[in-house]
Amino acid sequence: MDLLNAFVTLSNFVLIPAIAYGSQLALGALGVTLIYGILRFSNFAHGDTMAFGTMVTILFTWLFQSWGLSLGPVPTALLALPFGILGCMALLLFTDRVVYKFYREQKAKPVILVIVSLGVMFIMNGLVRFIIGPDDQRFSDGERFIVSVRTFREMTGLEEGLAIKTTQGITVITAVIVVAALFWFLNRTRTGKSMRAYSDNEDLALLSGINPERVVMITWLIVAALATVAGVLYGLDKSFKPFTYFQLLLPIFASAIVGGLGSPLGAIAGGFTIAFSEVMVTYAWKKVAGYALPESLAPDGLAQLLSTDYKFAVSFVILLIVLLFRPTGLFAGKSV
Amino acid sequence: MKKFLMATAATALMSGAAFADAHAKEVKIGVILGFTGPLESITPAMGAGAELAMNEVSESGALLDGAKVTSIRGDSTCIDAGAATSAAERLITSDQVSAIMGADCSGVTGAILQNAARPNGVVMISPSATSPGLSTAEDDGLFFRTAPSDARQGVIMTEILQDRGVNEVALTYTNNDYGKGLADAFQAAFEEAGGTVTISTSHEDGKADYSAEVGALASAGGEVLVVAGYVDQGGSGIIRSALDTGAFDTFYVPDGMVGEKLNENFGAEMNGSFGAYPGTDSEGAALFVEMAKGAGFDGTGAFAPESYDAAALIMLAMQAAGSMDSADYKDHVMNVANAPGEKIYPGELAKALELIKNGEEVDYEGASAVELIGPGESAGNYQEIEFADGVYSTIKYR
Repeated sequence: MDLLNAFVTLSNFVLIPAIAYGSQLALGALGVTLIYGILRFSNFAHGDTMAFGTMVTILFTWLFQSWGLSLGPVPTALLALPFGILGCMALLLFTDRVVYKFYREQKAKPVILVIVSLGVMFIMNGLVRFIIGPDDQRFSDGERFIVSVRTFREMTGLEEGLAIKTTQGITVITAVIVVAALFWFLNRTRTGKSMRAYSDNEDLALLSGINPERVVMITWLIVAALATVAGVLYGLDKSFKPFTYFQLLLPIFASAIVGGLGSPLGAIAGGFTIAFSEVMVTYAWKKVAGYALPESLAPDGLAQLLSTDYKFAVSFVILLIVLLFRPTGLFAGKSV
Repeated sequence: MKKFLMATAATALMSGAAFADAHAKEVKIGVILGFTGPLESITPAMGAGAELAMNEVSESGALLDGAKVTSIRGDSTCIDAGAATSAAERLITSDQVSAIMGADCSGVTGAILQNAARPNGVVMISPSATSPGLSTAEDDGLFFRTAPSDARQGVIMTEILQDRGVNEVALTYTNNDYGKGLADAFQAAFEEAGGTVTISTSHEDGKADYSAEVGALASAGGEVLVVAGYVDQGGSGIIRSALDTGAFDTFYVPDGMVGEKLNENFGAEMNGSFGAYPGTDSEGAALFVEMAKGAGFDGTGAFAPESYDAAALIMLAMQAAGSMDSADYKDHVMNVANAPGEKIYPGELAKALELIKNGEEVDYEGASAVELIGPGESAGNYQEIEFADGVYSTIKYR
């Protein structure tokens, strides 16, 4: 029995990757959930909004790198992030003005808006590929690791190593800051409260003098910031490729729905639920069990519940179970 | 005005006749490779290799009494069987190619063979499709490859690993015909030789994150991680993730993984890793590298020599049959490739064509020491590579 090594192995291959991935999903799901709560439709263009914001950030990162600007051990992309957010805000306000506003004034049904967002998705998709190309782009620089496997082994003398990538650390810290700021904004400020009022009951909100266009605009601005931050963190931690952002749409929606559409707290819980289950169900527990259990009980096989091929299937099984037993999601959002 | 009209009409007639003449002596060969997709970094050199052989023959004017050979490129995409089939169909039906040099990846090669080449009766020689499944595919005698089957590569991998005293490996493969075929062939050979494969798991290409796959591989353990994937795709992602988490620090890279990209992506982190890809130290290989340098591309690239050989075999077989019709020359491919006869190396295609014309036998060696066995596939020569100081280099031939 060697619980310490078991825990280190578990952290290295399950906990740390899942926490980082969960944070990225949570930020993405927050954006989806805000749009659903306030604008009342499922925004399929969200994955590509993330890709657009990330692309602008990457372009600025390259510009700064060519000027020789850097943040030392921290990726230059963080310096470029505000510009990426501004670019993404401009794009979203523009699409709202030319596309969504028209349907809003018509009082179009949510299902029409969903299809409209699908169209917007394809346009953004093309736009990103047109500007930066369909290939992988690496833009992370600075120190790669906070703790690398080798230094961890030397420090602790343990057999197993533990790596924490700088990008994973930044992901978690940034996610905490962004989420805290968002909740403060929604619960404490006048504008945040008016957004929640508008989300709860549109007509009552109008009667009490809330300007709907302002609420809509602020929602888009917040969504742009959330999407860009989520996209940049994901790109830094993994890599940027327009197609993978399009694919991210699925786990993000799964997170938002599992947590309860329209509920910000649910989006965060959903993000972590999906991330942890994807990683844990497909993890081979042999090594951890080998350390944690007495020798006689240690498994001979891999102790793997499902092959990693089924990673995406896991999120959908969870989604189905949640929808069957709690149609409004874990945190009682709106039913889909 | 009248004169002018007459003159233009006459010119048009003459040029029409000239075109018709040229057309009769033009041999079109389709070059179908994955110019986009997971092999896009090695296909330019492959295409250039095949076209080098075609130019050589065109310039000699010795093929079928002075025929010009033109290359028509098509994109196999490497992964999309539908796109590859329609590219092949277009080359065969609208461009009227007499042969196909390609395709590159095993899955699309099988698809083109069954859906386009066989129905239209066109010969296909692939420089790089290595799936063991293609050895037994129905081909009406139309399909050949200058690359060896992965059944052979499985044996080579086993030898290399065991020579280094490695008896326990983890194995991951890209989830397609090539990856699965190679992984199965390797596992069978390795276990027969007494080794243990702790886990054999697939990975999907084009994902951003492979931490779940690497987690499973790490848990199973092993001295070396064998990555049967693509260098431009998931294969590099797996290695990146394995290095970052410290799951493995030594890798074995088979043919699809060997490329300049590895040096670029990983540099010194790969030191101590090793692998092998098709290639030989025959004099033909060196000659080909020189010729490639002259033509402005890298002749050491994976499968570039095989591409040259595939194109050369097509043209030599045409000469032997005295026809550019697939049905006629398909039976001559094995003859020109194998003994007996005078050995032919790269740059000697004109000589070979003359010899064949005079009724003599040739034994095409080419750039990759071609020797076709069984159902028309290369017997297989491999070069073993090792990473040191952040770049890989060939250390041995097998």
